[in-house]
Amino acid sequence: MSRRPYIRKVKRSWWLSHRRYVVYMVRELTSLFVGLYCALLMVGLVRLAQGHAAWDGFLAVLSSPLAVLFQLICLAFAAYHSVTWFALTPKAMPLALRGEPIPAKAIVGMHYGVWAVISLIVLIAAGI
Amino acid sequence: MRAAIAVAEADPSLSLCVLSKVYPMRSHTVAAEGGAAGVIKDDDNLDYHFHDTVSGGDWLCDQDAVELFVNMAPRELLQMEHWGCPWSREPSGKVAVRPFGGMKIERTWYAADQSGFHMLHTLFQTSLKYPSIRRFDEYYSTDLLVEDGRCTGTVAIEMRSGRMVAFQAKAVIIAAGGCGRIFPFTTNGAIKTGDGMAMAYRAGVPLKDMEFIQYHPTGLPGTGILMTEGSRGEGGLLINKDGYRYLQDYNLGPPDPWPRLKAMELGPRDRLSQAFWHEQKKGRTIKTPHGDAVLLDIRHLGEKKINERLPMVRELAQSYAGVDPVYEPIPVRPVVHYTMGGIHTDIDAATPLPGLFAAGECACVSINGANRLGSNSLTELLVFGARAGHSAAAFAKANPMVSATAAREGADAAQERIRDLFLRKTGSETVSGLRKGMHDTIESGAGIYRSESSLQETCRTLADLRLRYEKVQLQDHSNVFNTDLIQVLELGCMLQVAEAIAHSAARRKESRGSHQRLDHPERDDANYLKHSLATYRGSEPPTVGYCDVVITRSKPAERVYGGAAA
Amino acid sequence: MSENVTLEILRYRPELDSEPHFQTYSIPYRDDWVVLDGLNYIKDCVDATLAYRWSCHMAICGSCGMMINGEAKLACHAFLRDYRDGVIRIEPLDHFPIERDLVIVMDSFIDKLSSVKPYVIAKREKSLSDGENLQTPLQLMAFKQYTLCINCLLCYAACPQCGLNESFVGPAALALAHRYNLDSRDNGKEQRADVVASNDGIWECTFVGACSEVCPKHVDPAAAIQQTKISASLDWFKARLLPGARR
Repeated sequence: MSRRPYIRKVKRSWWLSHRRYVVYMVRELTSLFVGLYCALLMVGLVRLAQGHAAWDGFLAVLSSPLAVLFQLICLAFAAYHSVTWFALTPKAMPLALRGEPIPAKAIVGMHYGVWAVISLIVLIAAGI
Repeated sequence: MRAAIAVAEADPSLSLCVLSKVYPMRSHTVAAEGGAAGVIKDDDNLDYHFHDTVSGGDWLCDQDAVELFVNMAPRELLQMEHWGCPWSREPSGKVAVRPFGGMKIERTWYAADQSGFHMLHTLFQTSLKYPSIRRFDEYYSTDLLVEDGRCTGTVAIEMRSGRMVAFQAKAVIIAAGGCGRIFPFTTNGAIKTGDGMAMAYRAGVPLKDMEFIQYHPTGLPGTGILMTEGSRGEGGLLINKDGYRYLQDYNLGPPDPWPRLKAMELGPRDRLSQAFWHEQKKGRTIKTPHGDAVLLDIRHLGEKKINERLPMVRELAQSYAGVDPVYEPIPVRPVVHYTMGGIHTDIDAATPLPGLFAAGECACVSINGANRLGSNSLTELLVFGARAGHSAAAFAKANPMVSATAAREGADAAQERIRDLFLRKTGSETVSGLRKGMHDTIESGAGIYRSESSLQETCRTLADLRLRYEKVQLQDHSNVFNTDLIQVLELGCMLQVAEAIAHSAARRKESRGSHQRLDHPERDDANYLKHSLATYRGSEPPTVGYCDVVITRSKPAERVYGGAAA
Repeated sequence: MSENVTLEILRYRPELDSEPHFQTYSIPYRDDWVVLDGLNYIKDCVDATLAYRWSCHMAICGSCGMMINGEAKLACHAFLRDYRDGVIRIEPLDHFPIERDLVIVMDSFIDKLSSVKPYVIAKREKSLSDGENLQTPLQLMAFKQYTLCINCLLCYAACPQCGLNESFVGPAALALAHRYNLDSRDNGKEQRADVVASNDGIWECTFVGACSEVCPKHVDPAAAIQQTKISASLDWFKARLLPGARR
């Protein structure tokens, strides 16, 4: 038959073709660092359970320049992860009050509000 | 789609194919905006709808068909609601209706300003429920198969491969739409080239009332994009270059109170388009890069109402006219929109050729007569689509299958025609050249106002174009998705149908509805209260005969709008 | 003052070409022309063999979706005036096989659309004599935007998951399923779940959001899919935790 549909292969570099895909990949990459930091926290919990010496050793490792750098990167990426997550929430949970849709900004604002409150509680509990 | 669902529901054991040269959601119904008429309000009744339609059609409507139509309309629209059509609603939850041109009481069901879009998608999506509906998308039907005076199927090109396929059928329904692309300025999409009309015409079925071509008063200059009548239903105004609501000078006033049904901007489409023509002659239209226009003003409706009821009008005006109707009026002019005429059918959607049925814009029952009222067409699709489905199903069950040999012969003949096109190497004409010639002559000769000399000129030019068409040179000789071939075939159909239009118009020496003659400005019921019937005669021009209009309870009277209609 | 615009169009004629290649055309510049007007100019005056789909020229039929300078757009909605750098690259929609020139094979989409059962599945059959289903403007508003999809397939072209996984049901089909799930007249969510809440359904979506960005009708299929993820998850829990819950 004369038909010969042509299938274009998706390049490995597909995500470089447009800014929005690069931004998306960066967003996805941040989850790697969030995951790594969670692993770090779990190690910390284990060290805590093992007693003072283990805990102090853990904190000492965390204070090394390389470790501090790593933690700063994780903080930045986790913050970016949270910011992009919050920005997307109005799409996943459209809320309405008495028939009128609640504006997206308000929904995002509520997330930041809750985040701030929880952060405050954590900081107070940590004695800061 | 509606006919297919009707057949599938009538008898799921019937083998049923739907052929279309485009995917179903591309059909031009998708562009219809305003709404579909059906009596629903307590202060409305079927009689009013009947009388509005008959008088709107300047008494050329077959009144038995109109009676049936107004009766079936509310049921069909309700069926659409059950099938999920997102009709706009009253606060109570009941279906809402809006005022529309030429209607005494509001009865136009609407889905924002995309009623046709929602209806088409509802029908297409609903059709997916029925396993007996088999679709053949992007199949271009070229000819009907006829054996022993009976329609026995069709031949079509499978566009993706170029293969020709013969479909043997006990009954065939044509619902291929109108032919607005014959004209240069039209709201119609590329696909509206009258293929179905031409196919029936060539098979010996007369085309009825072809001279009645509706100009929609408010299309964008240049692109012809439709600005729905709904914008006038919501209270929009038409003003000339002096800011004057000029329609009051043409027996459609007084201008206030406004909005008021059947008056001013809610008058019938033919009158509004004709008023434009007069304003243009008087030099009171504005100049745009695409010719003269008047202004459609909806600013006074306010942003909120526009966004709610007319969001697409706003978007279209912004994108294609560079105008935000919340702040500025929109330049508009009459553009060809609808074909009142079409394949001659009776009240059961049957054509004179046994086994062949037709419904929708390609058919002429006639319920629209000499001028269609806005929002009757979308309802027409449902009522006569369903009716065609039922009639065709009944015919198929009552009649034997047809022989394969005749189908083969018919298919071979159709294939020969196409092969000749492919073999021709020294054709001297191009599709675009012939198309331009057709556009120029039909617009100048058979536009809003016509005269004997302009029409005869057009008839001669069209005959010449048809001769030249025999020498059209195909540029693309491939098999796979050959759109050049499709355009050549579409042009052939358009030239044939254009001839029917011009000759029917030349023969009708009166003015009625959308057919206006400068040399015969009055309506002549004594001689012309009849339907014209154009019969194909191959390379010769068509003959035009007449048949009676069915008049039951509404005797022809004067069409009155404006204050006189109150 | 005549200015020209250069169109670089990806051609492919399976009977002549072993693979697609670009062909360059020059068209006049007009202030109110869209890319589609340019294509029609080429077909009428320069090269009648160029194949593409189009019809309404008003962004409602969905026929003319193409990649224009790497972005999925409707050719009738892409204005020449927005591309004043001189060269416009036109290719068929990404993630679909090319049938010919700018025409793609869209069979897979039709199948996916049908698979989500995009029609009203009512609680009980209503007869016409029962009258209409009452539906308040508020109830209509709940699903209205998801009814606006014109099936133009720009979202499938923009979605990387559609490119990486052929079986992904895709944004438009899932948005349509959501439209019916939200319609107060429908009761078919469970029947759609097989396809919708499957691995190739909503769970293949990683919320890139490109679909909603390119949608010419502002349907926001990304929102539809994320909302469906939440509702499908809740349904999953309800079915397991609530006594007497089916499936």
